[in-house]
Amino acid sequence: MSALSHTLSDSLVITRRNLIKVKRVPDLIVFATLSPIMFVLLFRYVFGGAINLPDGITYAEFLLPGIFAQTVVFGSTTTGASIAEDLQKGLIDRFRSLPMSRSAVLIGRTVADLGLNAISILVMALTGLLVGWRINSSVPEAIGGFLILLVFAFAVSWMMALVGLLVRTPEVVNNASFIVIFPLTFVANTFVPLESFPSVLRTFAEWNPVSTVVQAARDLFGNQPDSVPVADAWSLQNPVLYTAIWAVAILAVFVPLAVRAYLRTATR
Amino acid sequence: MPGMSDAVVVEGLVKRFGDFTALRGVDLTVAQGTVLGLLGPNGAGKTTVVRILSTLLRADGGRAEITGLDVATQADQVRAVIGLTGQYAAVDEYLTGEENLEMVGRLYRLGKKESRARAGQLLERFDLTDAARRPAKTYSGGMRRRLDIAASLIARPQVLFLDEPTTGLDPRSRLGMWEFIADLVSDGTTILLTTQYLEEADRLADRMVVIDRGAVIARGTADELKAQVGGERIELTVGSGEGLARAAELLRPLAVDEPQRDEQTRRLTVPVTGGAATLAQALQLLEGSGVELLDVGLRRPDLDDVFLTLTGHSADAAVDATAGTTADAEPAESTR
Repeated sequence: MSALSHTLSDSLVITRRNLIKVKRVPDLIVFATLSPIMFVLLFRYVFGGAINLPDGITYAEFLLPGIFAQTVVFGSTTTGASIAEDLQKGLIDRFRSLPMSRSAVLIGRTVADLGLNAISILVMALTGLLVGWRINSSVPEAIGGFLILLVFAFAVSWMMALVGLLVRTPEVVNNASFIVIFPLTFVANTFVPLESFPSVLRTFAEWNPVSTVVQAARDLFGNQPDSVPVADAWSLQNPVLYTAIWAVAILAVFVPLAVRAYLRTATR
Repeated sequence: MPGMSDAVVVEGLVKRFGDFTALRGVDLTVAQGTVLGLLGPNGAGKTTVVRILSTLLRADGGRAEITGLDVATQADQVRAVIGLTGQYAAVDEYLTGEENLEMVGRLYRLGKKESRARAGQLLERFDLTDAARRPAKTYSGGMRRRLDIAASLIARPQVLFLDEPTTGLDPRSRLGMWEFIADLVSDGTTILLTTQYLEEADRLADRMVVIDRGAVIARGTADELKAQVGGERIELTVGSGEGLARAAELLRPLAVDEPQRDEQTRRLTVPVTGGAATLAQALQLLEGSGVELLDVGLRRPDLDDVFLTLTGHSADAAVDATAGTTADAEPAESTR
């Protein structure tokens, strides 16, 4: 009991510390939200006309859940860069020499990044509403849609935390995660329907958890009308469950790995 | 022998990084309320000792206790009684000075009110009250170091580790830092201080341990170490080769040991006793002898001499020799 409450209170202290940075460097949040807005506008108006969709759905409705997913997954990469920065500046050494909870630094980081992602989604949703995106479902379903996006992003943050602890240079963390995250978010149903993919890529895309988180969001926001068919893959037929399994699996593997790496790391 | 009043006891500490042995059996003790200076060139293993004592690294052999608590098996309790100021000023630059201290206070579990009160006291003590509400990003190097030390003091640690607290500071900030550290000692804090500045150890430390390449090569008070390399001497530089021989002859009666002649620099070193009076006598002997004196002085050995005698190289030369590698960085050492 007392160990748990210590972990919680230490994590809160660290979360607060991380959010103060956002307050002090408002550019961070400005650019973190400007780029998704740019994506919304570019895809909606530049590519929107060129991408063929079945009747019954507008590109804005198809696009927005994809943009949400891509943005929160990209947003999670900041976890790795921030941790690498703390390592470089000797802050991790300081934290490790304090009688504080062993997981609080990582929890505080990933929770703060979850908060940033929530703000990004809010800004994108408002932008989306301006360009024709609509929520066609109930309030609980819509909340579920936002939640599944954030839960998945939170899990990705823990993967990035491990990367940050191992790679140790913020710039390298950014580049390294870009190489992984970019294909994951593009070889998916994020921006274009899967029907247009060649067969191997298509199978990958169908089982890609980014596709299923997008699909889950589309279903929950009511952006997937019944008239528009979804691929037969089990993952896309049960996107919420499939995505949840992925999120839990990622957390089960990467939380212990990241905490272990944290305990063994030291500034070079 | 470790005594009851030793706040830090280290026995046979060994640490390896891959093939590289960073520490090969280091023993040391720090008596409660005293300052131990851990001296050595870059790469000697000073930081590795501090990292093990502050629970950041685990030793491969030997043991270490802080106030009777084992650093390996009682790490959590150890962390509650120590403060660490590393080589980098580990402050969050986006937080204000006040926020930094309160954060660390909370993480030491001081509670909100106590953390705030301690932060206020320490900001005042370290001359940071005016800057308390500014992000640490705007602080000078000296201010950051002070904030860093303040952070490590917030929970009134019984033992404080200062790893090269003045490296990279300008001379004025360094003097200021020395005063702050001297102040801490008068409060009864036990301090283990690493430095490559011999002057710094001379000024702050009660006792010293000199390490080189992971092993202790000397220990004692500054005076004891100086005694190891001999006493005072008169050093003089003359204008010509004949003058050198003549001066050596004239000063022989004062010498307590064989005078050393360096023909190339035309410098004569005469071991003596008696201090300034002997120097005055020497000048009298040389007066009217026709020896052209370019420079003359009485020298007492400093820690640089200690280093030179013990290791065969000066502390500075050792620093230069390892300048290509990161300061005391363990993995970098393993590439040597």
